[in-house]
Amino acid sequence: MAKTGTDVVKRGMAEMQKGGVIMDVVTAEQAKIAEAAGAVAVMALERVPSDIRAAGGVARMADPTIIEAVMKAVSIPVMAKCRIGHIVEARILESMGVDYIDESEVLTPADDKFHINKRSYTVPFVCGARDLGEALRRLAEGASMLRTKGEPGTGNIIEAVTHMRLIQAQIRKVVSMSEDELVSESKNLGAPVELLREIRDLGKLPVVNFAAGGVATPADAALMMELGADGVFVGSGIFKSESPEKFGRAIVQATTHYQDYDLLAKLSKELGEPMKGIDLNTLRPEDRMAVRGW
Amino acid sequence: MKIGILAVQGAFREHEKILQTLGADTVQVRLPNQLDGCDGLVIPGGESTAIGKLMRQYDLMDPIRDMAKSGTPVFGTCAGMIVMANRIQGGEESHLGVMDVEVNRNSFGRQKESFETDLDIPVLGPEPFPAVFIRAPHITSVGPEVSVLCEYEGRVVAVQQDHYLALSFHPELTGDSRIHQHFLSMVEASK
Repeated sequence: MAKTGTDVVKRGMAEMQKGGVIMDVVTAEQAKIAEAAGAVAVMALERVPSDIRAAGGVARMADPTIIEAVMKAVSIPVMAKCRIGHIVEARILESMGVDYIDESEVLTPADDKFHINKRSYTVPFVCGARDLGEALRRLAEGASMLRTKGEPGTGNIIEAVTHMRLIQAQIRKVVSMSEDELVSESKNLGAPVELLREIRDLGKLPVVNFAAGGVATPADAALMMELGADGVFVGSGIFKSESPEKFGRAIVQATTHYQDYDLLAKLSKELGEPMKGIDLNTLRPEDRMAVRGW
Repeated sequence: MKIGILAVQGAFREHEKILQTLGADTVQVRLPNQLDGCDGLVIPGGESTAIGKLMRQYDLMDPIRDMAKSGTPVFGTCAGMIVMANRIQGGEESHLGVMDVEVNRNSFGRQKESFETDLDIPVLGPEPFPAVFIRAPHITSVGPEVSVLCEYEGRVVAVQQDHYLALSFHPELTGDSRIHQHFLSMVEASK
């Protein structure tokens, strides 16, 4: 008997994306540019995060017309975002056949207490996390893939680096723990002890963990791979740069060859202007997206 | 015995782990010089368009095709099978094109149609093989030199042609190492 929507199938889809770059796109034309640059998937959106910041107001799931146009335009997987806790936006995206749903802090949350019970869906979900506790709460709800939250739409890598370093350090700590220490760590992290035990036994997270939120250059992508990311999401960094084709291609190659520094030097040459970026100290606390969700 | 694993993108570490468990030496291949001394090559699951582009950008296509044509065994899973096929439905340009088969990409549908099931693969023995199909391709036609190892609901999902082995599904995601063992015996026989 064929079984759909199992953990193996949902997590396995993310395994196939490893070492790759997932690019935000807002039109079918951009999706084609992303596919031609070597993206392993595209995230279909109404606005990239930096434009969401600029527009203000409530950011919601994209108009299905855009998502459908992107799905028609490319043969690689298409992801789309729903608001945190918005069970119905997620059902709509699932019914449209998107390949992965990002329950994302980039959009305005629909629920400040509950994230979606992702186990009840056939389509897999990716969720953002700032630390291991948050990552494991999302896994407990059924997320099949993780990513750092970073600080989306800023072109500033510092938050993604902070989140990835913290998660990796917390994993290393759990791996060395005894059974009684695990129970206490479960309380500290606010995460189920069964998942901590699984990490200790595997020596790593049981799902793929990508970097996201602030990647703007090939060197940024390589940095995140060096810090242990399984792959990279690039939001505004490609289509807000001077030359999306060049940036897209260079970021894809930098993600594959992240330890080949001669090559990274070559890839970083003559790309034109990257997206402008924002110093996080100039961001008002209420404009921070990473603190959305828990 | 040294097995190269194409590592430009995709689930290459899972193949690596299984092959190492079976006692093979492995090397991750991202550049042509890493192919030196490889007795066999695995092309993993991933996104075939991304893998094909990265192979072209780093001049891997010709050396791997030459190796394959001179008798080095090659094993492709899912995207790897697409990379090996000499015909892709819909007019897309083929990649390595070493196997005489035509593939239909994503023929089982989008992710929500992805599934796992047990397959009968006689060449591996009577025990069913656990198979994971993820946005999987299938083989729509095979040339005279190709043996079909398995069909699922009338679609060809596993084939062998001399020293080439290709599957629609992902043996690297389940615990069963019989297919990798089968590939290693193909490599042994080719030496």
